[in-house]
Amino acid sequence: MPLRTVLDSSDISRAIKRISHEILEANSGSGDLVLLGIPTRGVELAERIDTSLADIDPGYVSNLGVLDITMYRDDSLDAEREIRPTQIPNNGIDDKVVVLIDDVLYSGRTVRAALDALVDIGRPRQVKLAVLVDRGHRELPIRPDFVGKNLPTSAAERVNVMLANTDGSDQVVIEQ
Amino acid sequence: MKHLTSIRELDSLSAIAILDNADELGAVNAREVKKLPALRGKTVVNLFYENSTRTRISFEIAAKRLSADVINFAAATSSVSKGESLKDTAQTLEALGADAIVIRHPMSGAAHTLASKGWISGSVVNAGDGSHEHPTQALLDALTIRQLKKSGSDLAGVNVLIVGDIQHSRVARSNILLLSLLGAQVTLAGPETLLPKTFLALGCEISHSFEEALSSKPDAVMMLRVQRERMQGTFFPSEREYAAKWSLSGERFKMLGSETIILHPGPMNRGFEISNEAADDPRSAVLTQVRNGLAVRMAVLYKLMAGEG
Amino acid sequence: MQVFKGVKLASGETTDITVEGSNVTKVGKTKESGLDCSGLIALPGFVDLHTHLRQPGYEASETVLSGSRSGAAGGYTALFAMANSDPVADNASVVEQVFKLGEEAALLEVRPIGAVTKGLAGTELSALGSMANSTARVRVFSDDGHCVHDPLVMQRALTYVKSLGGVIAQHAQEPKLTEGSQMNSGELSTELGLKGWPSVAEESIIARDALLAEQAGARLHICHLTTAGAVDVVRWAKARGIQITAEVTPHHLMLTDDLVRSYDPVYKVNPPLRRREDTLALREALIDGTIDIIGTDHAPHSSDKKDCEWEQAAFGMVGLEHAASVAQEVLVESGASDWQRLSEVMSSKPAEIGSLEGHGRIAEGLHANLVLVDPAASRTVAAVTNSLSSNNPFAGMELMGRVVHTIFRGKFSLRDGKVKNA
Repeated sequence: MPLRTVLDSSDISRAIKRISHEILEANSGSGDLVLLGIPTRGVELAERIDTSLADIDPGYVSNLGVLDITMYRDDSLDAEREIRPTQIPNNGIDDKVVVLIDDVLYSGRTVRAALDALVDIGRPRQVKLAVLVDRGHRELPIRPDFVGKNLPTSAAERVNVMLANTDGSDQVVIEQ
Repeated sequence: MKHLTSIRELDSLSAIAILDNADELGAVNAREVKKLPALRGKTVVNLFYENSTRTRISFEIAAKRLSADVINFAAATSSVSKGESLKDTAQTLEALGADAIVIRHPMSGAAHTLASKGWISGSVVNAGDGSHEHPTQALLDALTIRQLKKSGSDLAGVNVLIVGDIQHSRVARSNILLLSLLGAQVTLAGPETLLPKTFLALGCEISHSFEEALSSKPDAVMMLRVQRERMQGTFFPSEREYAAKWSLSGERFKMLGSETIILHPGPMNRGFEISNEAADDPRSAVLTQVRNGLAVRMAVLYKLMAGEG
Repeated sequence: MQVFKGVKLASGETTDITVEGSNVTKVGKTKESGLDCSGLIALPGFVDLHTHLRQPGYEASETVLSGSRSGAAGGYTALFAMANSDPVADNASVVEQVFKLGEEAALLEVRPIGAVTKGLAGTELSALGSMANSTARVRVFSDDGHCVHDPLVMQRALTYVKSLGGVIAQHAQEPKLTEGSQMNSGELSTELGLKGWPSVAEESIIARDALLAEQAGARLHICHLTTAGAVDVVRWAKARGIQITAEVTPHHLMLTDDLVRSYDPVYKVNPPLRRREDTLALREALIDGTIDIIGTDHAPHSSDKKDCEWEQAAFGMVGLEHAASVAQEVLVESGASDWQRLSEVMSSKPAEIGSLEGHGRIAEGLHANLVLVDPAASRTVAAVTNSLSSNNPFAGMELMGRVVHTIFRGKFSLRDGKVKNA
């Protein structure tokens, strides 16, 4: 199974930094920002974007959480249905700018589920989407606001994202 | 996993997974929008051949919190009282599109029969069959003990004492199986006529003295409801004699450790197997059991029904 | 004239059997040609001392005709029909009716069993003498399904039946210890939450009745022995010189109570399936003579009585069409006994206990009631058979031995595995 590395460790660091700048720019600052990582790897990405925002903006107040979407999925996967904890920051999401963060954007169904979950938790003022990799093949009208890398792929290919704290190293590879 | 009719259908990993999921789903019950769309469009039928408002309501709320539609089939007031067979009732519900049937029945094995005869395509959840099992009760009891004793993912090192009419108790049987599966040490206590030694084969210890059993300082004491009809069945001379030796009251209640939790499947016969003092004590976990019952039933319905179709 | 060529007898000898009219006229090699039966074993036709034909009253489960067909398929040339029909066979007209139905079916000899007590209620003796004197010539009396539990009634019945030259077949089950019982009493019944049927309920009645039979100088037959303890009691009684005989079913020889874990009512039977130790003791007893015969206790039930919750289901299993295979497994394939013993427990001994003439022996001048078995064939037991009911716990199991031909009074009732049509 041939592997091709499309992002290495320094590419990923640069992408995280750029996304952080773009978030601040689009929001005119860090006010009312809430970052919610979608398990599994969206969580580490959110943590790193959170750290990066703190580095860039001295006035940044972290409102970091986790949004598990297992109970909102619309597909009938046979995979082990382990429900992970959802942690919403103390100030909630009402009237906030929620940035959903995930590693790969593909069909868009995960994000659709995340939007449904958000609606049951509160009423954000705005919801934005940040992903490390957009590999195309959307099945729903969903588009990201912040992208690390656009990666056209064929459906037969597998995109593997590895992150330092979760997998030991930072890289994105494609398996044929 | 398609059905839950007995604890024997679980191994320790799947049991722990249900407890973990129940913990998360419990959080839903604490937020404002107490609903998840996971079972939207599915139909859950409560097929109750025995009266039980508490368990039935618990399952009904659990199904509704997951957005399922719920039908309550109280067998006493329906065609079953005219003698319709379980097979015919099951096939009628199947034709009406039941995705899951929660069954409570007075005969041991009824849930297994419903699940294995090929009459229905949906899932079967045993809400209590005769004296055989009541798996969701055991799961909520295990979850309660796990939370309050902070024992980690399972119950290793925890000592549980179950007291009362063990012989006729499906709650006892499911608990013995599940608590042992999760690593707890289970001791049973009751009069010899209600606690035959064949129970030793299930991997627990037996005592015929409540005081002796309490002296080993169990972490949790589970008092079983005693059916007063049993007293007429020559199992025990009189209610007074039973209460004198086997109720959680008076001196025996004082023997409980400060960290010992008190459990009861409900409904309680206050003043009989459990004194008011014990029932209202801060160590009584009865309301936590009820809350966990809802979460556990959500977790079980979700596990059996999500992703089927 | 029909010659069965090259059959092997229970003794091991290979020979020919010549049948003319309804009798065996020659057992010995003959130049006459006939049916090639090489590889087949010829035994006296089987006799079942314990069958439920369900007619009159329960024709949805079985009739005398369908039960006869099932018996013929299983190699039986005589069936004793238990009395728990509806109406109960406690008087001459019911037993004569059953006897007549058997003659009309003309596939084997149907010998009605008379109830010991009126309506099987256990209190008043039924018309024992009048049944004995009827065309049905009843010699075996039983309340099977129920126990004759009152010791005084049993004592009186033993004496009375003795004077008729008959025998009482007791279903040993102390009712007070087994009210609502569902399965063998033990660790499994505790785990499954099913009320237990303790062995003492069987053993205590056998011991009591053996002593009563001794006192009366009467014969006593014990139906469906199921426990090691019961075997001990029978052994003790025989050693004491009591005229006691005992029977075991195919299912109690091979199946155990762990099957009940499935809560499948096909395993529900009275008395219940017991432990492995019990089946081993029963096999030993069958071989050493403590147990005299195999009786099928063929108990057909229509599907609605078994397609339900365990406690709701009826007790009973069919057995006529696989009894011979089970006997072969236990006695011959095991290496523990032989075809001679099989012939005794399946044919000659039951005929003797039932005072049945014309069955149990292959000899010149005797009625030609024979069964030819292919011992080398193995087959999967079918659920659906000639019986109207299919409550068969052996369904799907592979057993050795296939009944090929059954000859009743010189004519084929079963030929090449097919029952003769009326």
